[in-house]
Amino acid sequence: MSDWTLIGTINDIPRRGARCVVTPQGKIAVFRTQKDQVFAIDDHCPHKGGPLSQGIVHGAAVTCPLHNWAICLETGKALGADEGSVKTIEIRLDGERILARLEHVAMAAE
Amino acid sequence: MGETAKKQKLVVVGNGMAPGRALEHLFELAPDAYDVTIFNAEPRVNYDRIMLSPVLSGEKEFEEIIIHGDGWYIKHGITLYKGHKIVGIDREGKTVTSDAGTTVPYDKLLIATGSVPFVLPVPGNGLPGVLTYRDLDDVNAMLLAAQSRARAIVIGGGLLGLEAAAGLKSRGMDVTVLHIMPTLMERQLDPAAGYLLEQAVEQRGIRVMTKASTKEIVGTRKVEGVVLADGTTLIADLVVMAAGIRPNGTLAREAGLAVNRGIVTDAGMHTSDPDIFAIGECAEVGGQCYGLVAPLYEMARVVAAQLAGNADAAFVHSDTPTKLKVTGINLFSVGDLSEGEDRQEIVLRDAAAGVYKRLVLKDDRIIGTVLYGETSDGPWFHDLTKKRTDISQMRDTLIFGQSYQGGAPLDPMAAVAALPDDAEICGCNGVCKGKITGAITGKGLTSLDAVRANTKASASCGTCTGLVEQLLSLTLGDAYNPAAVTPMCSCTDLGHDDVRRLIKAKKLKSIPAVMQELEWKTSCGCAKCRPALNYYLVADWPDEYADDYQSRFINERVHANIQKDGTYSVVPRMWGGMTSSKELRAIADVVDKFHIPAVKVTGGQRIDMLGIKKEDLPAVWADLGRAGFVSGQAYAKGLRTVKTCVGSDWCRFGTQDSTGLGIRIEKFMWGSWTPAKVKMAVSGCPRNCAEATCKDVGIICVDSGFEIHFAGAAGLDIRGTEVLGLVKSEDEALEHVVALTQMYREQARYLERIYKWAKRIGVDEIRRQIMNDATKRKAYFDRFVFSQTFAQVDPWSERVSGLDKHEFRPMASVGYQEAAE
Repeated sequence: MSDWTLIGTINDIPRRGARCVVTPQGKIAVFRTQKDQVFAIDDHCPHKGGPLSQGIVHGAAVTCPLHNWAICLETGKALGADEGSVKTIEIRLDGERILARLEHVAMAAE
Repeated sequence: MGETAKKQKLVVVGNGMAPGRALEHLFELAPDAYDVTIFNAEPRVNYDRIMLSPVLSGEKEFEEIIIHGDGWYIKHGITLYKGHKIVGIDREGKTVTSDAGTTVPYDKLLIATGSVPFVLPVPGNGLPGVLTYRDLDDVNAMLLAAQSRARAIVIGGGLLGLEAAAGLKSRGMDVTVLHIMPTLMERQLDPAAGYLLEQAVEQRGIRVMTKASTKEIVGTRKVEGVVLADGTTLIADLVVMAAGIRPNGTLAREAGLAVNRGIVTDAGMHTSDPDIFAIGECAEVGGQCYGLVAPLYEMARVVAAQLAGNADAAFVHSDTPTKLKVTGINLFSVGDLSEGEDRQEIVLRDAAAGVYKRLVLKDDRIIGTVLYGETSDGPWFHDLTKKRTDISQMRDTLIFGQSYQGGAPLDPMAAVAALPDDAEICGCNGVCKGKITGAITGKGLTSLDAVRANTKASASCGTCTGLVEQLLSLTLGDAYNPAAVTPMCSCTDLGHDDVRRLIKAKKLKSIPAVMQELEWKTSCGCAKCRPALNYYLVADWPDEYADDYQSRFINERVHANIQKDGTYSVVPRMWGGMTSSKELRAIADVVDKFHIPAVKVTGGQRIDMLGIKKEDLPAVWADLGRAGFVSGQAYAKGLRTVKTCVGSDWCRFGTQDSTGLGIRIEKFMWGSWTPAKVKMAVSGCPRNCAEATCKDVGIICVDSGFEIHFAGAAGLDIRGTEVLGLVKSEDEALEHVVALTQMYREQARYLERIYKWAKRIGVDEIRRQIMNDATKRKAYFDRFVFSQTFAQVDPWSERVSGLDKHEFRPMASVGYQEAAE
């Protein structure tokens, strides 16, 4: 089961920036691109677990602050010569509100 | 000794590009044949006059266009009289005399007096504010006028006039070009290309008035305007005459030599007096005078051979392609463009793309070429003309260029590979492909600079630089590492130096402006170029640029050092490594309160607290701030630490107050951003307990003053410092260190440490500017001080006050309530 959960508004995130959402399953990094696209992925680089939310955002990609892996925000896959991927989370925009499809509610209810 | 006795005396009048080149050839052919004396009416060494336009527009510095520095004259034993104008030649007695009264005998005399600008014979042409465009003094006068940001009128829409107009515009002036003919550059371009050029010029914000005949220049004490023949009056604070040049034959005429339009010479460059030669713009050979550099260099080659004893050397006329040196406008024109019954033409127009190509054919051969917008096939067309190649077989696709002749389109590299060995690569210097590839293999050349030094290819106007690099890469394969042109990142083809230069020249003051103007290939850059651009803009426009935090690496965004587990470390400043019980107590309390897992003394004489959660950072800083701490910027590409020893306060060997000086420097310079981190140290005596001789900048105190060191390294590379020089007082030490740092801030590439920058531009050059040139040093110092007024704000206290709150808190916490049920 999964649910659309309100996690904030687009104005909470600077353009070419990211914010974190804390969930029982770990941190999620929510990105806003220059062109106001919003993406969410696990805040955990597939390389050595670096906090991707702290990286530099360029186009629809982020560069991990620890060792400069570049991760595609749409697919969660590492770009360039590196191989690996990180889980992506579905996002829906309702006006300025950002909704994420999170699995925790069902799990928490168990 | 016997050798010297046999040496003949060669006197050269003029020190421009043609005689400079002639002497280079002569020293190669006959190094010991002559004692050389040069008289230069300009008070300086030989420089590349073609590159004055980039100096005017701010894309180059004068130092970058010097061809022969003082060292070259010394090396070749040349006596150079700077600022001496020759006023008389005594052909009987074989001497020349300068306006300063110096008389020198000659066996052979070389006249290279160049040209004088043509000044329109209209009333008011002598008013202050009316300039010509000929030498560095003219450029300096224009730059001075440009500071007022006022209105300029350029008379003449030819090569020189348009370059002057573009230069003045980029310096912020309001510019109008007056051209007497219906289209611009009518001598080199046909009307269609002239029209496209006019549009491109106007798009740059330069007004163009064609068919504009100047009647009068008006003004009472200085120029105030220009009146045209049709009665139109235009307001102007500066008028630049760029309506052409006239060969300067005055001196020769007074000496009784044959002078027509120019000084008449035979094909061996002899004037009517066999011991006197003339070359350059002042010479008239085969009934023609020349203004472009390629034929002038050909004259230089001929005269050198003649002087070395080859009586057969002769000048041969050839057409020279014209190129306009205005960044962003590409045009190429060569040969005969006039229409006629016996001629045909092939024209390609793409108005939307701004491309126009026209070939003039006669008897199935190309005799003229005009290319506008897309000029890469210019040299190929020119080559077909020179070889008189019959083009009837490829006529259908000829206009599409070389790549279409082999069937499948070729990539640029293959096009260069396909060129024959005698194809001309460098038009200015007449260097063909075979000579370049021969020099690369024969002399083991591996860099662009080496090719320039050995063959002259791309050493004048530089437009063939790309071709020469392709030849390097073809000849050397993977062994060629074009270090000089490594692009910043895959978002651009420009290197760091070009980007820095263009940021200044085009006054680009934001990252989007840089990306737009310099044609970035990605929409918003990448993690490599954005931090670099952000630094360049902060350094170049400290008062105007708004720092882009999203282009800073995380450490500089949150003012702490990220660790492998995503926590942060915090290092407060301890000025000069001095601390107190109060400070240490405050640190101890913070460590306890926030359960900071690790505390370490750093190599820079301060204390690091490691493992702090990001959310706790503002509270940690608030507590540290109350004890008087500010950020130690241990995370910054900026000033980090100034290590000191205890100096004369405590040490029995200390010669000066090294601790005090270190603290003074740190308090003066903290907060400044630099291309890479900067670590300093001050040692109180040569025992050097502060280890100043492996720092970016170090000072060793001695009895007589302060020895300043720089360019050390003790990381990936280990290098002892270079000595900058010795100064007497603390004040001077501070001024020199600050000026050096500012020079580094302005010139280095992002992430380039001082030792790498110094290696690249030369320790001697740095010493010359900082130690020997007090004006430059003061200017660097002042610019640093100005920039500090915007930089010295403690980032920690700003964030304690609430700046960038979003950085330190999660946007939301979800799921926990349900989980708790």
